[in-house]
Amino acid sequence: MISLDIFGITNNGLLAITALLTGFALVALAMWIAKLISPRSFNPQKGEAYECGIPTRGKSMSQFRVGYYLFAILFLMFDVETVFLYPWAVRMRELGVDGLISIAVFFGVLVLGLVYAWRKGALEWK
Amino acid sequence: MQDFSTITDAIHSFLLSFMPGWLTTTVECVLIGVGLLLVYSLLALFYIYYERKVCAAFQCRIGPNRVGPWGLLQSFADMFKILIKELIHLDHIDKFLFALAPYLVIIASMLAFAVLPWGNGLQVIDFNIGIFFLVAVSSIGVLGILLAGWSSNNKFTLIGALRSGAQMVSYELSIGLSVLTMVCLAGTMSVGGIVDEQADLWFIFKGHVPALIAFVIYMIAGTAETNRGPFDLPEAESELTAGYHTEYSGIHFGFFYLAEYLNLFIVAGVASLLFFGGWMPLHIPGWDAFNHIMDYIPSVVWFIGKAIVLSFVIIWFKWTFPRLRIDQLLSLEWKYLLPINLFNLALMVCIIIFGWHF
Repeated sequence: MISLDIFGITNNGLLAITALLTGFALVALAMWIAKLISPRSFNPQKGEAYECGIPTRGKSMSQFRVGYYLFAILFLMFDVETVFLYPWAVRMRELGVDGLISIAVFFGVLVLGLVYAWRKGALEWK
Repeated sequence: MQDFSTITDAIHSFLLSFMPGWLTTTVECVLIGVGLLLVYSLLALFYIYYERKVCAAFQCRIGPNRVGPWGLLQSFADMFKILIKELIHLDHIDKFLFALAPYLVIIASMLAFAVLPWGNGLQVIDFNIGIFFLVAVSSIGVLGILLAGWSSNNKFTLIGALRSGAQMVSYELSIGLSVLTMVCLAGTMSVGGIVDEQADLWFIFKGHVPALIAFVIYMIAGTAETNRGPFDLPEAESELTAGYHTEYSGIHFGFFYLAEYLNLFIVAGVASLLFFGGWMPLHIPGWDAFNHIMDYIPSVVWFIGKAIVLSFVIIWFKWTFPRLRIDQLLSLEWKYLLPINLFNLALMVCIIIFGWHF
């Protein structure tokens, strides 16, 4: 295990917070500069939605098709299973064939889940 | 091989000579932040110029050539132009979420940016689960895009954001599984550790056929993840005006643009980390003289060079393939890439555990 530390700071959490604040500062700074130097003019027409030129009909924050939810749920299932595979992947060489057999069962269930979703037609965009 | 940690250590001991410990740490964190900010914005400006020049070459044009020599200052001019554009105040939007969305998008790409191995001893965050952290933070970006689309109160942005959400979460699976395949080979999740594992030979050569398959799948999924190229349905301009950022104006729009280019760099950077050794020079076992010559090229040049070559491939995709439909996009991921990826993972594991070398 090598340790790559910058400036001798070994606390990675601190560095992650630094990066987070840097991202925050970038947006805040640029917004501040833009507010200082950008022109401003007021017109009631400007505040309307940029759609087709005619006044918008109905609400835009409304229901949308269920297909998106379906793929989100499928993603959740497979992504969580992928997350479970990561720790095993790191220790794979030490665990050897025993670990491989245990994970093969888990992996088999994952593949069966995919086959089930496929046969049920959940992967079709209708 | 030159080591950048000697420079940072020198700065550290210089600061420590006249400051208390806590102040030194604060000053160093500020230095890191300023450095990240500078590299981030300069790379974005470079990428805008690069994409425009490459695109022009594909379309038999010259591209930007008026501002500065060879149009080099074009992206600076664009940046100032976008800063002096008016920020339009819209009615009927969710003001808080509308303002929050660019923050999420930029912070996600900045965190992923800080994990990349820039050079020997030049890496900001090095968790022992580095690559996992990278996959995790880069998926925050999709939240920003969904919020932007939802809060704008516009039908085009809503459709764009939902398409983007479905696309990004689907292709994240492929990215996760390709990364997992390479983690199996590396035996560590630390970014520095993965680079060190490739000191004798890059993983793309070491990993036999599964590494090649994983690389191809990673590049396809990475293109989809950045909403570029044949996968640009979220901002299909012929259908959705500009997709999820239709209602954003001026620099507010600029953040999404910035994050898109930086995500291109991050995807290419992670590909170079996993498959082409990060900052590690090209080493071939047995060719000692060759390896020594390769060590003379600075590690930063290796990393950025690999990332730029790989992002050329992604830009090439964009200007070569026509856009996919959403059903084609989802069936490509769920019916082709995902099963191939699962099979590829099993193959990689068998090769490592049973020692199959062919």
